[in-house]
Amino acid sequence: MKPKQQRLMLVLLGLGAVAAAALLALSALKDQAAFFYAPGDVKRTGLPLGRAVRLGGMVEDGSIKRQADGVSIRFVVTDGVATVPVAFSGIAPDLFREGSGVVAEGRFSPDGSFTATNLLAKHDEKYMPPQMAGKMHETKTLRQ
Amino acid sequence: MTAEAGLAALWFAATLAAMQLALAALGVRRLLAAQEGRGLTADLLGAVRPIAIVQGALAAVAMALLIAVFVRSDMSVLLVAENSHSEKPLLYKFAGAWGNHEGSMLLWVTILGLAGGAVAIFERTLPRVTLIATLGAQAAIALGFYAFLLFVSNPFARIDPAPLDGQGLNPLLQDPGLAFHPPTLYIGYVGISVAFSFAVGALIARDVGPAFARAMRPWVLGAWIFLTLGITAGSYWAYYELGWGGWWFWDPVENASLMPWLAATALLHSVTVLATRDGLRAWTVMLAVVAFSMSMIGTFLVRSGILTSVHAFAVDPSRGTFILALLVLYIGGALALFAARIGTVRAGNTFDPVSREGALVANNLLLSVILGVVLIGTLYPIVAAGFGVQLSVGPPFFDKAAGPVALLLVVAMAAGPLLRWRRDDARVLVVRMAPPIAAFGVVLVAVLLLGGGVALLPLLGIALAAALAVASVAPLWGRNLLRVPLFTWGMVVAHLGIAVSLAGMASESAFTRATLVAARVGEPQRVGPYTVTLDGIAPTIGPNWSALEAHLSARRGSGTVIQLRPQSRFFTSPVTVTSESAIATVLDGQLYTVLGQADGQGRVQLRLWWKPFVTLIWLGGALVAIGGALSLIGRLRRERRARRRTGDEEAWA
Repeated sequence: MKPKQQRLMLVLLGLGAVAAAALLALSALKDQAAFFYAPGDVKRTGLPLGRAVRLGGMVEDGSIKRQADGVSIRFVVTDGVATVPVAFSGIAPDLFREGSGVVAEGRFSPDGSFTATNLLAKHDEKYMPPQMAGKMHETKTLRQ
Repeated sequence: MTAEAGLAALWFAATLAAMQLALAALGVRRLLAAQEGRGLTADLLGAVRPIAIVQGALAAVAMALLIAVFVRSDMSVLLVAENSHSEKPLLYKFAGAWGNHEGSMLLWVTILGLAGGAVAIFERTLPRVTLIATLGAQAAIALGFYAFLLFVSNPFARIDPAPLDGQGLNPLLQDPGLAFHPPTLYIGYVGISVAFSFAVGALIARDVGPAFARAMRPWVLGAWIFLTLGITAGSYWAYYELGWGGWWFWDPVENASLMPWLAATALLHSVTVLATRDGLRAWTVMLAVVAFSMSMIGTFLVRSGILTSVHAFAVDPSRGTFILALLVLYIGGALALFAARIGTVRAGNTFDPVSREGALVANNLLLSVILGVVLIGTLYPIVAAGFGVQLSVGPPFFDKAAGPVALLLVVAMAAGPLLRWRRDDARVLVVRMAPPIAAFGVVLVAVLLLGGGVALLPLLGIALAAALAVASVAPLWGRNLLRVPLFTWGMVVAHLGIAVSLAGMASESAFTRATLVAARVGEPQRVGPYTVTLDGIAPTIGPNWSALEAHLSARRGSGTVIQLRPQSRFFTSPVTVTSESAIATVLDGQLYTVLGQADGQGRVQLRLWWKPFVTLIWLGGALVAIGGALSLIGRLRRERRARRRTGDEEAWA
């Protein structure tokens, strides 16, 4: 093989690799990206079934119910427009409490409830997720 | 006065960087003109070298002064007041100097300045034009970051009136890891920028060849060793500090350190082809540009405030914009220079598809694919947010998209060292690959028979790890171990390290046992082979926190009892609760325990994991870094010996 041909081959291989990466990534993104929903979005657009999503909003006052097994909890997430009942088994973050912001990762069930595999709570004023800051802001204005 | 002196040192350093850039530009023009036989022959390297050294020293002085105000808890300095507290342990006052936005950027330029100084002092083999252009490129990078510090992110700003005490450091950062993890990663990032400066120098001087590759290689290797250490240490830190039981979360910030590592790994292998076989010239330069771009994107992701995590300190939009501008300027400039000059790079030596070079090209392509996947997955949520769509891309995406490619890469990695340079025979390769293939088959069958119900990816991971381990040590077979060159040892150890780490990852993913319980005192809980009993709960107190501590005793069969003390810690400045996991390391894995909340009925939540062979993940990472170090030492020694030999010849002549 002449040097020029080899160079061309390498360039083509490089471009092929980039294209392969892009295709692979985009096809995986299509069914793996977890979209962010507020309870109001779910009411508007319908239940996103069969995929992992994130649900964000406020934990409704008086809604946290601890289950008898000591590790499961049920609570309600609200954004002032709609509410979603959430079930979670695990150690809730230390700053997870009623009237405070939360992002739950998990899936919706056909009955409209949400099963969370992970909870993210507001850490403190400095380390608040921006998407949550946005949602919380909306929630606050809605309440006024 | 200390803070003002620090600011002055920073201004001086910035001025020197500007001078360094101007003189280097002038010097390159003069030297190139002189090469063509016109103009002055006097060169400016004699001036640029000391400037680079003093510039680095001044940046180090500024960093030392910042550490001094932190250690003295001078609350009249805004940064100290916002991020420190007088009752914090000394180690965290010291390391807290870079546990915030401004300080960490200052550490970045300090390391950059010191690296530039080191190039000026130690680099003796490169042609003068290339070296002077390299130092110019280094000054150009430094200048942008000095401007960033001085105009939008001054670490030495005062606050008046000074508060009585500071607001404290994020408790998650109050860990010995803070003292090591950021500096190691920064040395890695900055080392890559030095490699990039070499590439720019070689492009400007039209000098892309083996000599340039040999000069660049130690920097790439050094940067890569530190990135490896930084990532390994960061992974272990997240593992024990967050209390989530995971060792890698595909968090954008983790990806920000992984992407430069992937690019540097590719560069490391292609630079070897360029240095030994004079092939892959343009590709190597391109990879240097890509690796640098990745470390810039990493800095941007982590430091611009676009992401939120313990790493993202600032949410000031002007800073994000400034870093984005720097990013566009540097990456755009680098790509433009590459496009303009790549035509002057002549094609290097050719090789057969079945050869060591061929395997290294495969390695490079597969690493590039993984890099592309990680890059897209990391940037996609940010781009989508720009269009008003909120989404997150998590482990399922990365595992599915990058996992299979990574396993393919392991195959290429096993075959590569068994191939000859330039040309080899595919049939002979199959014979040489027989032992690793046998290892793959045996382990695959063994796991299927014993393990049962293991998912495909971890199953392949374990079997491939065994094959890779066998293939890694194959280059040593039948050789006198004392006469094997040090850099060959380096390759063997590093590849073995990947095999060890892969085995740990696959084992953790396949065989981890977890349980979550609300436990009463005295009630035994089962996890994996262990029985864990809660003996009691007691309050305890530390230097700047108080805690609830669970007393656990774990026992395996009739073995000795292991005591574990997971805590739930309460910090007052800032007010935060963190959970401190307790981990017992035994020969074949780790028992990982986390204390949750009490339920008010005499029970506390306990999360228990049994993770077989999980320690191999970080042990493998350490082996990879050790391999890199052996290789670096071996290369440097050989270079020195070669130089001494040519020196002797000159003396003879």
